[in-house]
Amino acid sequence: MQVSVNGRSHEVNVEPDTPLLWVLRDVLGLTGTKYGCGISACGACTVHVNGEPVRSCSMPVAQVEGKRVTTIEGLSRDSSHPLQKAWVAEQVPQCGYCQSGQIMQAAALLAKNPKPSRGEIVRHMNGNICRCGTYNRIIASIQRASREG
Amino acid sequence: MNATVKPGFNPSRRRFLAGAGGLTFCVAIGSDGIHLLSEAQANTASRTMSAWVRIAPDGMVTILSAGAEMGQGSMTSLPLILAEEMDADWSKVAIEWAPADAAVYGYAMNNGRAMAIVGSRAVMLYFNQLRLAGAQVRKVLIANAAEKWGVAPASLRTEPGFVVDPASGQRMSYGEIAGFGAVPAELPAVDKSELKDRRQFRLIGKSVPRRDIPAKVNGTAQYAIDVRLPGMVYATARHSPVHGGAPESWNEDKAKSMRGVIGTVRLPDGVAVIADSLPHAMAARGALEVTWKEGRAEGFDSEKALAETYVQVHADPSAKRRTLDSKGDAQAAFASAAKTYKSEYRSDYGYHAQMEPLNAVARFSAAGDHVEIWEGTQAPDVSRGRIAKALGFKPGQVTLHQCYMGGGFGRRTLGDYASEAALIAREARRPVKLVWTREEDMAHGMFRPQSFQCLEAALDPDGKVTGWTHCVVGDGGVLLATGIKIPYYQVPHQHIEARGVPHGVRLKHWRAVGHVFNVFAIESFVDEMAAAQGMDPVDFRFQRMSISPRARAVFEKAVQMSDWKARRPEGRAVGISISERSGSLGAGVAEISLDRATGRIRVHKAWVAIDGGLVVQPEAARANIESGIVYGLSSVLHERVTLKGGVVEQSNFHDYHVERMADVPEEMHVAFVERDAAPSGLGEIGNPWVAAAVANAFYRLTGKRLRHMPFTPARVLEALQA
Repeated sequence: MQVSVNGRSHEVNVEPDTPLLWVLRDVLGLTGTKYGCGISACGACTVHVNGEPVRSCSMPVAQVEGKRVTTIEGLSRDSSHPLQKAWVAEQVPQCGYCQSGQIMQAAALLAKNPKPSRGEIVRHMNGNICRCGTYNRIIASIQRASREG
Repeated sequence: MNATVKPGFNPSRRRFLAGAGGLTFCVAIGSDGIHLLSEAQANTASRTMSAWVRIAPDGMVTILSAGAEMGQGSMTSLPLILAEEMDADWSKVAIEWAPADAAVYGYAMNNGRAMAIVGSRAVMLYFNQLRLAGAQVRKVLIANAAEKWGVAPASLRTEPGFVVDPASGQRMSYGEIAGFGAVPAELPAVDKSELKDRRQFRLIGKSVPRRDIPAKVNGTAQYAIDVRLPGMVYATARHSPVHGGAPESWNEDKAKSMRGVIGTVRLPDGVAVIADSLPHAMAARGALEVTWKEGRAEGFDSEKALAETYVQVHADPSAKRRTLDSKGDAQAAFASAAKTYKSEYRSDYGYHAQMEPLNAVARFSAAGDHVEIWEGTQAPDVSRGRIAKALGFKPGQVTLHQCYMGGGFGRRTLGDYASEAALIAREARRPVKLVWTREEDMAHGMFRPQSFQCLEAALDPDGKVTGWTHCVVGDGGVLLATGIKIPYYQVPHQHIEARGVPHGVRLKHWRAVGHVFNVFAIESFVDEMAAAQGMDPVDFRFQRMSISPRARAVFEKAVQMSDWKARRPEGRAVGISISERSGSLGAGVAEISLDRATGRIRVHKAWVAIDGGLVVQPEAARANIESGIVYGLSSVLHERVTLKGGVVEQSNFHDYHVERMADVPEEMHVAFVERDAAPSGLGEIGNPWVAAAVANAFYRLTGKRLRHMPFTPARVLEALQA
C-alpha cells in the first residue's frame, strides 16, 4: 500500500485496517504522533489528512491511500511554523506528550481561520486533552501565532 | 533498521569522561549530600564514581540532572542551581540525565539516599547540595587562573563563563582554563558563607526558558514509548480486573492463532501478549479469555463502602484508629465549649490519567545476564532495584535509561511496568516494547483513595476555635493522611485520626494525594463555621483560628489579588481556602457561576498566592501552579473512579472525564509571597486548595453545601434540592 506522508511516498506492508497511528509510529518511525486513548477521545494522535485534522488512532490506513498525510515532523523542517515558535515563546509544554496533537489541531484551525476568536479556538481545540492543564497557554500561543504569523 | 534511540540521553561514564582535555568533577558519596571530587580521586576510589560536571576546552559545561522530567521543569532548574554558583554562562551549559544510582546522585533522606522525584521535592532537596557543588567548581577555576596570572585567588572574581582580575582587567574564559587547568586531587572545601548572596543571583529567580521545550514542539522529545530498537517486538498486557488477582489459565491457542501474535507470557498478576506490532498485540489482548484466581478486592463496592461501611466504622467506638496529631485536651475543650459544630464530607477515588499510557522497553544482552531498560520514571533508582528483583539480578545487571515522562503525578515511582517489560523480553528473547492500553492503565490503575471525613470544632464563649477533631476513614495508610494536619491554625486542643478499612484496591500517591480531600473537608468546615457565626471567612480565620503569620500573609495577598470583598457580577460568587504542601503555603480564591438547569459549575477566575520560599524559576513555577489549579479543578468537578464487584467501572476518557479547554478559568493569577527562606515544593501546592474554594463559592451563590467531591452535575442538582 502506498501512503504519502510529509511529502514523501512510502510503500507499507500492513493490513488495510491497521490504524494510521501505528503505521506512522512503528513502520515509518514518526514517533512525534502519540498514542493516548485509542478511541479518538484525547487528540494526542492528531495529524492532517489533506489538511483536515484527524485522529490517527481510529483511522484505518487504507482510508489515507491517495491522500496527503502531515505529521508534526512535517509541519516545518526546523520548528519554524508560527505555532511552534509561539509554543516556545509562551513556554506551553509541560510533560509535552499531548503537544504534537495540540499543535496539529491548532494548525488546521489557523489554515482555515487565520484570526480565530477565543471562542472559536476553544470550540476547535476542546477535543484535545492536556493533562498538565496548559490550555490557557495554548490559547495564548494560537492568538500569538495568529497575530505574528 | 537502525536503532532510533535519540542522542543526548543516558551518557555512559565512558562517553562523559572520554572527552579530550577539560576539567571533570565527579560525585563523591557523602552521608549528608552531594560532594564533588576530582577525577583522580574518583578513579582510585573503591567504587566507580561518575562525573557530575565537565568543562570542555571549547567552554561547554555539561551538568548532569538528577531531576526526572515529567513537565515540572526540574531537568532545567537543578543544573541551573549548580550553574549559578559556578557562574557558568547558561548559554554554554548542556544538560544530561544522571544515571540511576541513588548512592551517587541521590538526595539525602531518612538516613539514606533517593532519587525519587515525588512530593515536589526536586528543587527543595537538591538545592543546598547543588549550590555547594557549584561553588566548589568555581573555586577550582579561580585557583587555576590565579596560578596562571601569579595573583592571589582572593583578588579574583567571576562573571558568567569567565574569571576576571579587577586589578588588571584580565579575563580568562572557563574554556581556556579547561585547556590547561587541573582539578586538585583534594577539592577545596566550601563553606556556606562563601555562597552567593541572593542579590548576586544571575540565574536563580530570573526565569530562563526550559530546556526540554524545543524538543516538545516538533515531535523529537523522546518518551520511552518512542524508543525503537532493532529486532524489537511489541507487547501489551491484561491484568486481573479484580485487583490482587492472578491468572490461572487462558486461551493461549486462540491468542496465538491471531494475526502477528508470537506468544503469551504469564505475569505475576496478568497475562502479556507478544506480537509483531502493537495493533496485533492489542487485538489479541482483546480476545484473551483468562480465568483468574480470586483477587483481594473481590466483590468490593466502592459506593457502598463510602455510603455505609465508613459511616459504621466512624460510629464504632472500638474501631481501630491511628492518631495523626494530638495536642492539648480536645475532649475537655468540647466539654466546656460554648458552641460546637460538626460536618461530614466524602470524596471518590481518583485516577492519574497521565497522557502517556504506561510503557517500557527492555533489551537483554546476548548472554542474558544484563538488561537495558528505557523507562520514564520518577524514581530511576527504585525502578532499577525492582527490575533487578523481578529478574533475580543484582542492580548492577540493570542499566536504566531515563526518558521524558508524558506525565507522572505520583504513578511512576515503582518500576512495575518496567519489570513486566523485562520479564516479557526475557521470555521473548528479543527486545520488547510493552505498552499498556489506556483501558488497562485505568482498569489496573493505582488510585487516590476515596474517603469519608467527620470534623468537629468547639468554640469558647468568645467564639474562638479551641477544640478540633478530624477523623478520616478509608483505605491507604499515609495516602489517606497527608494534608490532614493544620499547623497554620493554632487550635490549642486537637485530635486528628485515621481509621483504616482495607479493600485490596491498588492505591498510590496522586498529586498531593490526601491533601485533595482532607483540605476540601478542613477548609469547607472552616467556611461553614464562619457562615454560621455570620462572619467573613477571612476575618473568621484571622480572629477565631489563631492563624500563623505565614498563613495570614498568603491570605492577605489572595484577598488583595482577588479584590475579595468586591461585588461580583450577577450570578457569580467567590470562595477562599488555604493549603500547605511540601513546606509551601497557598491561599486561593475561585470565582464561579452555576447553570441551575444542568447542575454544571463553571470556574471563571482563580487567584492563588503562594509562599514557596525562594523560587528558583518563577516562570516555570507559575506554569506548574497553573497546572495544579487545572488538575485540582479536574478532580473537583469531574474525576471519579468507582468499583463494582471489585472491578473498575470506567475505562477511558469517554467515561473518566478530565478538565478540557472549555472548562478552564479564563483567568488564572499566580503570585509569590516573597520570603527569605530556602525553596519549598511547588508542584503540588496548586491543586489542594481548589475543592473547598469552589464549594465555598457555591455556598455563597446558593446557600447550599457540596459535601462530596467531585461536584458532578448530578450531585450539584441534588445539593440544590436539599
